[in-house]
Amino acid sequence: DIDGVGQKYHLELVLEDLLDKDSTVNCTAEVLYHLGNNIPPDVQFTIEGELKNAEEADNIFYNRIKSLEKELVAENIPDSHGNVSPEMEPVHLLAWVASGYVIWQNSTENTKFQLAQIKHVKQVKRSDEYLEFDYTILLHEMVSQEIIPWQMTVLWHPQHGVQVTQ
Amino acid sequence: DQVLHIVPETFQQVQHLQQLCSTLLLDLWKPQLSEDIWAGEDLHIRVPAPLVQEVKDSLDQHMISYKVLIPDVQKLVDQSMPRERSSHRQVPEGYVYTQYHPMEAIYQWMTQIQKNNSELVTQHYLGKTIENRTMYYLQISQPSDKTKKIIWMDCGIHAREWISPAFCQWFVKEILQNYKSDPKISRFLQNLDLYILPVLNIDGYIYSWEKDRLWRKNRSPHMNGTCYGTDLNRNFNSSWGSIGVSYNCSSEIFCGSGPESEPETRAVAQLIERKKSDILCYLTIHSYGQYILTPYGSTTKPPSNSEELMHVAKQAAAALMGKYGTSYEVGSTSLILYSNSGSSRDWAHTIGIPFSYTFELRDKGTHGFVLPPDQIQPTCEETM
Repeated sequence: DIDGVGQKYHLELVLEDLLDKDSTVNCTAEVLYHLGNNIPPDVQFTIEGELKNAEEADNIFYNRIKSLEKELVAENIPDSHGNVSPEMEPVHLLAWVASGYVIWQNSTENTKFQLAQIKHVKQVKRSDEYLEFDYTILLHEMVSQEIIPWQMTVLWHPQHGVQVTQ
Repeated sequence: DQVLHIVPETFQQVQHLQQLCSTLLLDLWKPQLSEDIWAGEDLHIRVPAPLVQEVKDSLDQHMISYKVLIPDVQKLVDQSMPRERSSHRQVPEGYVYTQYHPMEAIYQWMTQIQKNNSELVTQHYLGKTIENRTMYYLQISQPSDKTKKIIWMDCGIHAREWISPAFCQWFVKEILQNYKSDPKISRFLQNLDLYILPVLNIDGYIYSWEKDRLWRKNRSPHMNGTCYGTDLNRNFNSSWGSIGVSYNCSSEIFCGSGPESEPETRAVAQLIERKKSDILCYLTIHSYGQYILTPYGSTTKPPSNSEELMHVAKQAAAALMGKYGTSYEVGSTSLILYSNSGSSRDWAHTIGIPFSYTFELRDKGTHGFVLPPDQIQPTCEETM
């Protein structure tokens, strides 16, 4: 508890690779929730070791999308039964990462968000090397149990990473 | 069967294709009619398996180039649809427990289960939902001259938590398939009766199949039909309306107009109230989060038998983990999750049922409510 500023939490956690459950990485983090809940929490972290290199998969996905004749459009990922087709898996993962940013920017000590579903995704053609996707996602908030729709525009490039504008 | 994609280049090619289609009665997917085949336009034809080679030879002969759009039509059909075949047969041996089923199928399943296991299973009327659908529970009871204690389990109080009704169905199947051969289960049934309610919130469940996959509440209308649904797990008479609820119908945790305002709540409460002196354990199955939750949600003050409750729950969590390594957190809702009032679990405990637990099944948020069907089996096996 930091008087006049907010609440600071010191965390020790283990990161697990979603695609390779045996691959884990230790991590320590400090999260500062500001008083008033209007500002997103400050997060500092250090990772022990290195995250797995996904360059090959990234490039395959990047080239596949770049070579599409028509812009990618999709809905309901996963579908009602929880299925995600293999072609949509990277689109799903990208939404996952981007929603992490949205969740961070909107979290307080009293919220617990999860990405529930991608309602709609539409690729936006760009003249530069970036890929752009317009997502409508559904976030589930555990305490209120509410499902919150959110619009996000995501820019991505294998070497330049992810950028999110809400 | 294959679907071929052809773009005819000349009028002769168009004519040949039209002739081929009419002679062999091929299935035109695009265009619909033979007379709409044009040079330079996409043509998609489904060719039955026995004719595939003949058609390709004919195209080659006439120098018509083609691409295979769909190499195996049946495979695609099977992938995109749940196994309608099995559920039509309504024989539990054909019932697919590793898939999610709509309410119609679950009703039929209950009838079949009773029919095929009539020495042990009876289907009972519980009440009606707000949309006037009938609620049934299954009683699994081995004939005996002694009165047995009861374990009650309900699933599907929240519509979107599909893994929950899937678990109830799995549970019934496991018990019935193994009670003769498994000594643990047979001993169980010698001393206990099981009452299973596969879907408590029937209207909500149907709504999540047909209209809104992430619906949670029931379907009771409020404010002249401008707003729908009460959270049934905030509607029980346990510190009703005090904490962790909303009085606003538009909220997902709307507690209703009063305790037990909803017919679904009343149906469950009335039965449990009637049988309470014989009920040893009340279980209510939810998702997601991987928790075994003990009373209370409305206060952090521990229940009278808190030690025993925790001990049993911890053993359950350990046993569960032993199966696939899935970890479940154990504790009182108000301490490890969030505060809430009006929950069925709290109410069951306050009226005297000693062991009252909420199970929050897989997962921890990666898929959340939309748990893929390949996780049904491991989730159910470990929870069993």
